[in-house]
Amino acid sequence: MLNHLLYVLSFSSIPVVKAATVSGSDMANPLRREVRQLYKNLLFLGREYPKGADYFRERLKSAFMKNKDVTDPKEIKKLVDRGEFVIKELEALYYLRKYRAMKKRYYEDEMSAVLNIGRPVD
Amino acid sequence: MSRVLVGVKRVIDYAVKIRVKPDHSGVVTDGVKHSMNPFCEIAVEEAVKLKEKKLIKEVVAVSCGPTQVTETIRTALAMGCDRGIHVEVSGKDYEAMGPLQISKIFAALAKKEEASLIILGKQAIDDDCNQTGQMTAALLDWPQGTFASEVTIDGEKVKVVREIDGGLETIKISMPAVLTADLRLNTPRYATLPNIMKAKKKKIANMKPADLGVDMVSRVEVLRVDEPPTRLAGVKVETVDDLVAKLRANGTI
Repeated sequence: MLNHLLYVLSFSSIPVVKAATVSGSDMANPLRREVRQLYKNLLFLGREYPKGADYFRERLKSAFMKNKDVTDPKEIKKLVDRGEFVIKELEALYYLRKYRAMKKRYYEDEMSAVLNIGRPVD
Repeated sequence: MSRVLVGVKRVIDYAVKIRVKPDHSGVVTDGVKHSMNPFCEIAVEEAVKLKEKKLIKEVVAVSCGPTQVTETIRTALAMGCDRGIHVEVSGKDYEAMGPLQISKIFAALAKKEEASLIILGKQAIDDDCNQTGQMTAALLDWPQGTFASEVTIDGEKVKVVREIDGGLETIKISMPAVLTADLRLNTPRYATLPNIMKAKKKKIANMKPADLGVDMVSRVEVLRVDEPPTRLAGVKVETVDDLVAKLRANGTI
């Protein structure tokens, strides 16, 4: 599941919107801010990534750089939405990991109790 | 409408591999990742949910410890608490700090802030005491709803479904009361970067235990900390008959 998430992220190729060119591109500015905020949000989430923050940051950066030349605003919006989706997936991943760890540590599984397995040996 | 105090504890992150110090005086904490106790996250979520349902007016996040605990309070604010209180405890006092001192602090704060509810996590994942909520209720002479897996406010009363051995117990207690959160109470929201940025505007008050008239003297001394015994490797068997034989020998069947 971890690899799947990063695959989705890299495949989505969220664009880095270039600075307004000489020809003037006001449309780019609000999108530029959105893309930058998305990158920051993902980077923040990546700190807790199970395979390490550095691993995450490398792939996040390459995913964004992969399509830095996309200019169509509709296309950009679609890709930003996909980025938001990855954020939700990461939050769910982190929650499930924590929940399962707590459940395993603090709540005895009935089956394990019956079979007398999973306990430390005296 | 009422004010709720929520306790949040800064603990070593649940995913970190704990290492015992070479002198067996404790565990290694320097440079180790810390985060909010998972059960405290559930407590914060419940308080924020009650506020979103407009059943309570204000949620105050409280944490005791050195400067670093303000990060934990900031996370609570990012999750939706209105303001924070940092009770500053450091050095030897912090090392010796336990449920008794915390519950005294919370009891004093509850009176000062005129809180109608105190919500805490059922236990911390570092010391696993499971005492603070109970002690706080005793000191205040308030009813307690511990191991809560469901909380419903009904006027001046709280209906609490508790997780107990063998099932669930439903009780109704009057406010003011102390609740402790169990795992299945809710699903805590993630404190995202935008929320944390917004929470920077919220205030965190700073005070010392002495300001609340609490003495931090501990009656407990940690003598030694050891790692748990290592689990022996499992045994592989070839056939079902072998498995049955082994289970019989083990006394399981």
